[in-house]
Amino acid sequence: MLYREAGQFKTTYAADMAVFPIRQDRMALYLLLAVAFIGVPLFAQLHIWPFGGDYLIRAILVPFLILALAAIGVNILVGYCGQISLGSGAFMAIGAYSAYKFGTGVHIPLEWLGSEISIPPLPLVASILLGGLMAAFVGVLFGIPSLRIKGLYLAVATLAAQFFFDWVFLRVKWFTNYTPSGSVNAPELSFFGWIVHTSTERYLLCLAFVTIFAFLAKNLVRGNLGRQWMAIRDMDIAAELMGIRPLYAKLTAFAVSSFMVGVAGALWAFIYLGSWEPLAFSIDRSFQLLFMVIIGGLGSILGSFLGAAFILILPILLDQVPHALGIPISVETVSLLVFIITGMLICYLLIVEPHGFARLWSITKEKLRLWPYPY
Amino acid sequence: MIVVGQVLEVLIGGLLAGVLYSLVALGFVLIYKASGVFNFAQGAMVLLAGLALVRSLDFMVARGAPTWAAIALGLLFAAVIMAICAWIVERYVLGPLVNQDGLTLFMSTIGVTFILEGASQMIFGSDVYPLRLFPTDAWFVAEGLFPGGILVNKLDVWGGLIAGTLVAGLAIFFQNTKTGRALRAVADDHAAAQSVGIPISWIWFVVWLVAGLVALVAATVWGTKLGVQFSITFLALKALPVLIIGGFTSVPGAIVGGLIVGSGEKLAEVYLGQHIGGGIEYWFAYVLALAVLLVRPQGLFGERIIERI
Amino acid sequence: MLRTTLGLAAAALGISAIAEPAMAQNEQFLPALVYRTGPYAPNGIPFANGVADYWTLINERDGGINGVKIVFEECETGYATDKGVECYERLKGKGPTGAGYFSPLSTGITFALTEKVPGDKIPLLTMGYGRSESKDGSVFPWNFIAVGSYWTAADVAIQHVAKELGGFDKLKGKKVSLVYHDSPYGKEPIPALEARAKKDGFDFKAIPVTHPGVEQKSQWLAIRQDRPDYVLLWGWGVMNSTAIKEAAAVAYPREKMIGVWWSGAEPDVTPAGDQSTGYKALLLQHPGGKFKVHEDMDKFVISKDKSAGKDTFGQVLYNRGLINSMLGVEGIRTAQKKFGNKPMTGEQVRWGFENLELSADRIKELGFEGMLKPIKFTCQDHQGADEARVHQWDGKAWKIISDYYKADLSLLDPMVKETAAKYAAEKKITPRDCSKES
Repeated sequence: MLYREAGQFKTTYAADMAVFPIRQDRMALYLLLAVAFIGVPLFAQLHIWPFGGDYLIRAILVPFLILALAAIGVNILVGYCGQISLGSGAFMAIGAYSAYKFGTGVHIPLEWLGSEISIPPLPLVASILLGGLMAAFVGVLFGIPSLRIKGLYLAVATLAAQFFFDWVFLRVKWFTNYTPSGSVNAPELSFFGWIVHTSTERYLLCLAFVTIFAFLAKNLVRGNLGRQWMAIRDMDIAAELMGIRPLYAKLTAFAVSSFMVGVAGALWAFIYLGSWEPLAFSIDRSFQLLFMVIIGGLGSILGSFLGAAFILILPILLDQVPHALGIPISVETVSLLVFIITGMLICYLLIVEPHGFARLWSITKEKLRLWPYPY
Repeated sequence: MIVVGQVLEVLIGGLLAGVLYSLVALGFVLIYKASGVFNFAQGAMVLLAGLALVRSLDFMVARGAPTWAAIALGLLFAAVIMAICAWIVERYVLGPLVNQDGLTLFMSTIGVTFILEGASQMIFGSDVYPLRLFPTDAWFVAEGLFPGGILVNKLDVWGGLIAGTLVAGLAIFFQNTKTGRALRAVADDHAAAQSVGIPISWIWFVVWLVAGLVALVAATVWGTKLGVQFSITFLALKALPVLIIGGFTSVPGAIVGGLIVGSGEKLAEVYLGQHIGGGIEYWFAYVLALAVLLVRPQGLFGERIIERI
Repeated sequence: MLRTTLGLAAAALGISAIAEPAMAQNEQFLPALVYRTGPYAPNGIPFANGVADYWTLINERDGGINGVKIVFEECETGYATDKGVECYERLKGKGPTGAGYFSPLSTGITFALTEKVPGDKIPLLTMGYGRSESKDGSVFPWNFIAVGSYWTAADVAIQHVAKELGGFDKLKGKKVSLVYHDSPYGKEPIPALEARAKKDGFDFKAIPVTHPGVEQKSQWLAIRQDRPDYVLLWGWGVMNSTAIKEAAAVAYPREKMIGVWWSGAEPDVTPAGDQSTGYKALLLQHPGGKFKVHEDMDKFVISKDKSAGKDTFGQVLYNRGLINSMLGVEGIRTAQKKFGNKPMTGEQVRWGFENLELSADRIKELGFEGMLKPIKFTCQDHQGADEARVHQWDGKAWKIISDYYKADLSLLDPMVKETAAKYAAEKKITPRDCSKES
């Protein structure tokens, strides 16, 4: 009843092409943004349940936002351009370590020239974005084989990037500023003179990044570039015959995707972990991101958020259920049960809706528009 | 002379180690060949088979059963467990997902992985369980030729023999039995196979069962090498480069891929790793695979990818 | 700025802050980050059992710490850093006074939590692992790397090698290789070993093994060809037993292998069976086996079926868990002397740790005689002790084969100071002046 677009007339082409052409969708989005940007920090400041403690913001919302950003990046590559990648963890790592280097100052001695390249420590936002750029650059390099290798073969080939960069950041001491253990600490989080300390501030910083990039991504995939990607995904040879250059389309997908994944990596390292080692961006992370986009829905920005929420939050919630109910079973049993239940839910979801949450959502919307009539 | 001996030793060790990876890779190939599913759960199946074997074995030995009987019964028990696992997977996961695209099927096997990892540890425990089916010491051959001889690990040789037998057996199974021919038909075209009366769900059950048995064989060798424990699931990652070098659809390709990956990564680690810091074998195997793919995008023995518009 | 803006907004809305309900219970909450599943579970389980059982013992036998009952909750980390951080956030605020202290049993999680604990004012008790430079309490007020760091371990291992060879002068020209877990954990000892190699003139080579360490053939073939005089092993979980098996396969004598204390427990040697016989490892002060405290454990915990897992009772890692909890409980007890017999906050526990002194008499009284040397933390020294022994697996049990070695502080302390100063500069921390602390 409420979800009707009857009477919403579009009088300009711009209105017709809007990201959210239906007024209710726009309203819902504004409301969501208002809650996220104003409601949550306000609740946290006032210690209103459930934002009373740090826990919800720090241990759930912040990682959720960061991984959702990474999932958007992966979705651009896998969902929109059809290039399966299992190297996302490596691109997160490249983002994180590059941002770390830019944040703490880069010194490359060039002895044979008798000089050195020296960049002073850059501010937080600049180093995070530069981290993303570095990831994009490497992403393009590792995207080149995609011109020849396809499908699952490409997926396994991208693992080369994953294992190679795991190794590089363990072995090349320059990246870790020669710390004895090879574990590095994020520099002070200074955002235009505002020092990010509390969990609410961390949350707002992540939220700002995610909102901006989600809008960017949404608009990119609607435009020329996004349509090229989708053409390549649906049938690359046909797309090529129609005049789409696979080189350009695939490599831009790799670049944009790696950029977002790299920024997410930098945020993950700086904002969530604070101190990290390459294991934080291991192959498990790559798989986790791929699960998120498949479960959430390939080729959907909204799906990236839903998938991230499902894969990240579900195990954490399940983990706490027995304790909250006061059922005395050991953590071992609980964590094994979490495994089993998560696995079952994944299988169940795929059987019910193989195209993920995003499709479920659009079906719901369709039903809502018709409600209360079945057709 | 010493250097030649040392290089030979690393080469032989690498070749044999590669065959052990092939044991795990074979399971992937079987399922991919017959159903087009990239089975992420193969590592978890090795864990399940190994745990079922070692726990039933320990149980019977503790009750005073003679070793040979315990091993035979343990293998039987593990095989039954793998059959149940295959049945459940076919009935409740793959059956309802017939005709979905590859990525969805791949994701569903990830769900299966979670279930298997959780269930196997819950039922059989999450400790390390030593398994001693094969000798693990070494021969030193050609001691007259090279000082110190060339080291050959007995377990690796056993693994090689087993893998050879397995591949021969699977080749015969695929070529000369009715079920095997039906499997190849299903692999070529699901719908066409169904229309000539091949029961597709039965065939998928058989494939998963065979893959489960291959996992059991892999578990006997790797369990002896590492002890049966959760870490055994990581072997799947070592099997992937083997898989793509050989090609997803080729059984002999898995062996050849194993030989290439094993010898390549060991030689690289010992002789190249020294100079650039070591620990390179993981990525080296994948870079090797990437290089092979650039030349042959379907792997060395994989079926040619033909695209139509 | 943000705080005041939001505060004003709140005032304008006329909403009064709803405070968290204060719990008046007389309970001390202690969190336990454990890993009972995943690749490192075989080593994580006995430690977690020991930790939990000692707390149970205190509750059952003494009715708590000076009458304050211990309430504890485990959280499964699976040895993953991000899961560890989530667990930390989940548990840090529980109980009437919040978490007393954290012991994550993972170098990666320790590094991540080191960044968080100063803000939350909760001490980290990392017994025998974590940042070696966190010995410097003036830069790391919240870290307590009790009993030994990896630099201590590296130094003691070399001392033992020297003793077996018959003196430090015999080290010259010898080859010592380190087979290590390719992670911060495995890399920690390298600077100390390099410093020792420079000082004693032996050839040092570091050989990495990629996580989780199931495949080590090439490393051991390289060792067979290189023939080092000693191999130090810095592994965890499956990597240790695999290393021993591969050593046996290449016929490298196990007597010449010395593991760190995390490579010297039952789960490391039993999977390799007879091949482990003769393998040596460092001993973080205490051996496995049963001591006086175990009699009480038997009476109050094991026989009453309140143990978290009695099949690990008396194992090396179980006993290490016991000592970890004992140090924690004694830290709280020390804090109670100053702040009164009630549940302690993290900040108070930190004071307790810093002023903790366990004399030989006190250790005997606690039933830990023979397991632990006296230990004393100060504002500057957050390690408290720097001695270790060596034990050897004889095929059935671990046997102590050496006296205590004291780490060479003239070598290590400058390294601690330098690294800690670098950390302080990077994080813009002004080190405390310990001469002014009471």
